[in-house]
Amino acid sequence: MYDYVLSSLIFIPLAGFLVVLLLPKNNFNLIRWMASIFSFVPMIISFVLTYDYFFTYSGSADMVYIEGPFKWISVINAQYFLGADGISVPLLALTGLLSFISIIASFNIAKRVKEYFAFFLLLETGMMGVFCALDFFLFYVFWEVMLVPMYFLIGIWGGPRKEYAAIKFFLYTLFGSIFMLVAILVLYFTSEPHTLNMLTLIQTAPSLGHSLQLMCFAFLFVAFAIKVPVWPFHTWLPDAHVEAPTAVSVILAGVLLKMGTYGMLRISWPMFPEATRFFATPIAILGLIAIIYGALVSMAQKDLKKLVAYSSVSHMGYCMLALGAWGSVTALAGCMFQMLSHGLITGALFLLVGVLYDRAHTREIAAFGGLGVKIPVYTGLMVLFSMASLGLPGMSGFVSEFMVFIGAFSSFKIIAAIAVLGVVLTAGYMLRMVQRMFLGEFDMARWGGLTEINLREILMVSPLAILTIIIGVYPGPLSDMMRATLENLVNLMAR
Amino acid sequence: MLQYLALAAILFAIGVFGVLTRRNAIGILMSLELMFNAANINLVVFNKYIGPDNLIGQIFALFVVVIAAAEAVVGLAIVLLLYRNWRGIDVDHINIMKW
Amino acid sequence: MLEHAYFIPFYPLIAFLVIIFFTRWKEKLSAGIAISMILLAFVHSVFVLIAMLGRHGHPLELSMPFIEHPALKLELGMWIDGLTAVMLMVVTIVSACVHIYSLGYMHNDPRWSRYFSYLCLFTFSMLGLVIANNFFMIFIFWELVGLTSYLLIGFWFEKKSASDAGKKAFITTRIGDLGFIVGLLILTFYVGTLNYQEVFAKVQSGAISGGLLAAAGIFIFCGAVGKSAQFPLHVWLPDAMEGPTPVSALIHAATMVAAGVYLVARGMTLFAGSATASMVIASIGLITSFMAATIALTQNDIKRVLAYSTVSQLGYMIMALGLYGVDLAHGHHTAGYVAGTFHLMTHAFFKALLFLGAGSVIHAVHTNDINFMGGLSRKMKTTTITFFIASLSIAGIFPLSGFWSKDEIVASTTGHPFFMVVTLLIAFMTAFYMFRLCFLTFTGEPRDKERFDHAHESPKTMTGPLTVLAFLAIFAGWVGLPWLHHGFSSFVYHDVVHHAGPNYVLMIVSTIVAVSGIGLAYAVYYKKAISADALADRFKLLYKISFNKWYIDEIYDAVIIKPLLGFTKVLWWFDANIIDGLVNLMGWLTVKWADLKMWFDKYIIDGIVNGLGYICMAGSWAVKFMQSGSLQFYALMVMAAAIGIMLYRVTSIGFYFYLIGLVIVALLSVLVKMTRSDRVDAEPNIEG
Repeated sequence: MYDYVLSSLIFIPLAGFLVVLLLPKNNFNLIRWMASIFSFVPMIISFVLTYDYFFTYSGSADMVYIEGPFKWISVINAQYFLGADGISVPLLALTGLLSFISIIASFNIAKRVKEYFAFFLLLETGMMGVFCALDFFLFYVFWEVMLVPMYFLIGIWGGPRKEYAAIKFFLYTLFGSIFMLVAILVLYFTSEPHTLNMLTLIQTAPSLGHSLQLMCFAFLFVAFAIKVPVWPFHTWLPDAHVEAPTAVSVILAGVLLKMGTYGMLRISWPMFPEATRFFATPIAILGLIAIIYGALVSMAQKDLKKLVAYSSVSHMGYCMLALGAWGSVTALAGCMFQMLSHGLITGALFLLVGVLYDRAHTREIAAFGGLGVKIPVYTGLMVLFSMASLGLPGMSGFVSEFMVFIGAFSSFKIIAAIAVLGVVLTAGYMLRMVQRMFLGEFDMARWGGLTEINLREILMVSPLAILTIIIGVYPGPLSDMMRATLENLVNLMAR
Repeated sequence: MLQYLALAAILFAIGVFGVLTRRNAIGILMSLELMFNAANINLVVFNKYIGPDNLIGQIFALFVVVIAAAEAVVGLAIVLLLYRNWRGIDVDHINIMKW
Repeated sequence: MLEHAYFIPFYPLIAFLVIIFFTRWKEKLSAGIAISMILLAFVHSVFVLIAMLGRHGHPLELSMPFIEHPALKLELGMWIDGLTAVMLMVVTIVSACVHIYSLGYMHNDPRWSRYFSYLCLFTFSMLGLVIANNFFMIFIFWELVGLTSYLLIGFWFEKKSASDAGKKAFITTRIGDLGFIVGLLILTFYVGTLNYQEVFAKVQSGAISGGLLAAAGIFIFCGAVGKSAQFPLHVWLPDAMEGPTPVSALIHAATMVAAGVYLVARGMTLFAGSATASMVIASIGLITSFMAATIALTQNDIKRVLAYSTVSQLGYMIMALGLYGVDLAHGHHTAGYVAGTFHLMTHAFFKALLFLGAGSVIHAVHTNDINFMGGLSRKMKTTTITFFIASLSIAGIFPLSGFWSKDEIVASTTGHPFFMVVTLLIAFMTAFYMFRLCFLTFTGEPRDKERFDHAHESPKTMTGPLTVLAFLAIFAGWVGLPWLHHGFSSFVYHDVVHHAGPNYVLMIVSTIVAVSGIGLAYAVYYKKAISADALADRFKLLYKISFNKWYIDEIYDAVIIKPLLGFTKVLWWFDANIIDGLVNLMGWLTVKWADLKMWFDKYIIDGIVNGLGYICMAGSWAVKFMQSGSLQFYALMVMAAAIGIMLYRVTSIGFYFYLIGLVIVALLSVLVKMTRSDRVDAEPNIEG
C-alpha cells in the first residue's frame, strides 16, 4: 500500500503544476481550488505516512518506503532512489502541512494567479523531493528545482525591492549549490565503482583521505549553511523574507531553511565523521553567534517582518549548536525538534504578520499600539506564538531549546551556558514587539477601521497552534519516532 | 580541310574583335552573325570530313541559321528600344548595370 | 483521592480552556466556572491534606515519561509530601479568596472573562509547580507562572506603565531562569536525572563533587532569585503592582513569589550539600530582606509598601532556609527549614489579606497614594479591622500566626549572630512601616476630603474573603505552636523531624522589637509626637536612598538596558552595512568583472568578427569596379578567361605570363580610363 508513497508526494504537486497551467487563466477560483486540492492530497498522504511510520517503524533506524534504485541517467550512474526515515518523515509532514496552509493563505493573491499557484506547486515538488531523495544527483536536482519557482515567487509577487531580494536569494543559494556540486563530483569520482547513491557513499566516504574529507565537508557546509542560514551567510534571509509575499515567507522560513540542516544531518555529518569531529567546535560557535547575534539584531528592528526574519536566524542557531554537539542523541533530537517547531511557529508568525499587513498596509512596529483593544483574537494568537517563539514551556519551542541545551552541554559547557542567554534576549525582543504593537494606548483615529482576523485566517493558523502545543505538551511520540534514526546517525558519526 | 577551318577561325576572330570593339550596337549584332557563320562553317566542314554519311552537322548548321535569324530579330528589337530610350545606340553609354 | 492528586491542577486548567473557548461572552457564567473549579481544587486539596496527615507526611510519587533518551529522561509526575500538601492548601485557599474578591473588585471590567481565565491559568501553573516531582517539571510550570504573571500584570495594558511592568517582570524573572536552566544542565549532565529523589540520593551518597554541587545549587537558586524577587532581581516586583490588586495579592504576595522559596525548600538536600551555596542563599536573603525593609519605610504608594514588605519577608524565608542549609552542611539540623516553610504559609495568608485590604481601600478612594487617604476606619469597618489584624500578624505580635513563624525565623539564626541582629532590625522596621501604613491610611483626619466623602465599604464579595483570610492570619500559625509535638514541624520537615521547643527569651525579645516598632510608628504617625518630615530632613541622604529604592532601577537602566539597546542598534548597523555590505560588495565586484568582460567581448571578440566583415566590405569595394555595366567589357572578360583556360591546358607557364599580361593591360586601361574622366554618361530617357 505504501509502495509509491514518496513518489506520489513528489509527483502529485507536479501534476498539479501541469493541471494548473492548463486551466483558463481568468478563472481564479478554479485555479485556487485546484491548487488547494493538489496540495491537500500530499498533505494527507504525508500525515498518513507519519502515522504509519510511527506505528510500524518507530524502533528501526532503516530507510523505509524505499523506491528504486531505478536506472535514470546510466552514463553517470544517477538513479531514481527515494526513501524516508525518522528524520525525513516529520519534515515531509511539515512540508505537506505548510504547503497546503500557504496555498490557502494565498487566496488573496490577485496578480497573475495562474502562474503563482503553478509555481507554488512546483516549489512543493522540489521540497518534497529534497526530503526523500537518496541519490545525490536526484537530491541536487530537487534542490535546484525549488530554487526557480522561489525566485519567481519573490521576484514577481514580492514587495517594493522584490527584484533585489529575489536575485540575492537566487544567486546566494546558487553560489552555495556550486560548492555542493563540486563536492558531489569529488565523491562521485573517488568512489569505486562510481556512484551517487547516498547510502553507499555514507559507507564508503569515511575512507577518503583526511584533507579530502575536510574539503568535501567544507564545500557541502557552505552550500547548506547558506540555506540554513548560518551566520555570517544570513543576510539574504531578511531581504527575501521582507519582500516575499506572506505565503512564500511561510514556506521560506518553515521549510526551506530546514533543507540546510536536513542536508547536514542527512549528508555531511554521517558521510564525513572525521571532518564533523574536526569542525564541531567552530560549528557550535557559529551557532552560538547566530543565537545571540540574531536576537540582538532582532531587537533593533523596526519592521515586524524583519524582526521575525532575524528571529529565524537566532532560532536556526540552536540547530547549529545542536549539530555541533554531534555525539549526543538528545542534541540531534533537539535539532530536529527545533526545525519542526521553528517551522510551525515562525510559519504562523509570518502568516499573522501577513494578516495584519493585508489590513494595515504597513509593518512598521511603531505605527501600531494598543491593538489588543481592537482585535483581541488576533492579539491573542500573536501573543501565543510570540510566547512559543521565546520558548515558553507547554509549547514546542521550549522542548526543542531545552533538548538542544542539554545535548550541547554534554560537549560544550561554556558555549551552551552562554547560549542560554538567547532565551532572555528572545523574550526581550518578542515582548518589546508585543508591547509596542498590542499594548498601550490605542490610536482610534488611525486604526479605528481595523478588522478582526477572519475565519479563514484563524483556520490557517490554528493547526499550527495546535501542533505547537501538542508537541510542547507531549513530545514523547515524536521523540520516539526519531530516536532510533538519530542513534544510528550518532553511531555513524562516531566511526 | 585546314583552309576551311582557318577561314572559320579568321571569321570567328573578326567576329570577336567586332563584338569587343564596335561602339555601335548594330555593328555588334553584325559581328555576332559573323561568329555564327564561323561556327556554321565549322559544322559543315567537320560533317563533310569526319562523318560524311549522315548530315547532322549540316542540319545543325540550318538550325543555327534559323536561331541566328531569330536572335537577330530579338537583338534588333532591343536595339530599337535602346535607340528610343537613349536616342542613340552607342553601347559605351548604355551602362546602367554599372555598380 | 491522594493517588489522583495530580488532577488538582487540571480543575483550573479546565476552567481556563472552557472560558477561553466557550463562555468568554457570558461573564457571569465564566466567573462561576472559574470559582467552582477552584473550589473543587480546594476540596480535593483538603482531602489530600487529610490523607497526608494520615500518613504523617510520608511522601507519594507518581510519574510518566515526557522524553526518553539514553542520556536523558524527562518526566512529568507528582510528588506529594507534607510541604506539597500545605502548599496545595495555601494556593487553593488564597486563589479561591482572590477569585471571589475579584467578583467585586473587577466589577464592570470590559475584559472580565479573560481576567478570570488568566487567574485560572495562573492557579493551574502554580498547582503544577507545587505538585511537580522533578526539576524539569517545576521549571515548566515555573515559566508558565511567569507567563500568567506577565498577562495579569499587564492586564490593563492600555496603561503604558502596566505593560512596561509586565514586560519587566517577565524578562527579569527570565534572567533568573537563565541560571535555573544552567543549573538544570549541570544536573542533567553530571547527575543524569532531574528527579528530586534521584538527585538527592546522588547528592547524599557523595557522588558529586562539592564544587559542582555549589555551582548547581547557586545556578538553580538564580531561578528563585528571579521569581522570589531577591536582590539583585527584585526590581520587577514593586512595578508589578500595576496589575489589578487581587492579582497582586494572589501572585505577587501569596503564591507565585513564594515559588522561589518553595524551590529552595524543595531542593534543600541539594543546596545543603554545599555550605557555600547555602551561605550564598542565606546572604542574598538577608541583603534582600534588609534592603526591601529600608525601602518600604518611605514609600507612599500603599501597594508598593506592601510589595517591598513582601520582598523583605521572602528574603526572610530564604535566609532561614539558607541558614538551615549552612547548618546542615555542617552536620546539624536546626529550625530553619521549618521556619522558612512555616513562614511561607502564614505569610501567604496575611500578605494576601493585606493586599486585598489595600485593594478594598483603593476600590474606595481610587488612588494608591497614602497621602490622599487617612481616617478611612470611620467608613470601612471590616477592611480596617482585617488590615490591622494582618499588620499585627506580619509585625509578629502574640498570638497571631505571624508571631509564631517569625519567632521561628529568629530562632533559626541562632549561631549566626550577625544574621540575628539584622533579622531583629528588619523585624523592627517591618513593624514600623506596616503601622506607618495603617495609621496613615485608616486613622487621623482625611487628607483628601473629596475622596474621603466618596469612600464606602466594599461589597460583600470583597469583605467575605477578607474575613476568611483574617481568620487564617490569626489562627493558621497555631498549627505550628512550639508546644505542639505533632504540629507543623512534624508534618513538613526535611529528612528528619526536627522539633525545636519554645524559646522564651527569643519570643520576648522579638515581641519587644515588634512593639517598639509599632510604638515608634504610633508616635510619629498617630500622635505626631515626632515629625516625620523632620526625621526625613535629619537623615536626608538615607531618606533619599530609601525613597529612590537605592537607585537600583536607575543603575540597571544606565548600566544594562541602555547599553544593550544601543548595542543592538550598532549590531544592526553592522549587519546591514558590513556583513550585508560584504555580500553586496561581492555582487558589485561580480558586476564590475562582468563589465570588464563585456568590454573585452565588445571590443576584442566582437571586434574580430566585425573586422572580418570590414575586410570583406573593403575587398568587395575593390572588386565592384569589375561591374562596369559595359557589356563588351564582360565579353572581353569571358574571352580572356576562355583564352586563359585554353592556354593553361596547353602550357601553364604561358598561362602565368598571360595572367601577368592581363593584369598589366588592366592597370593600363584603368590609367587610361582615369585620364579620360571628362566623359559624361548619357542621361537615360525616363519617359521612353
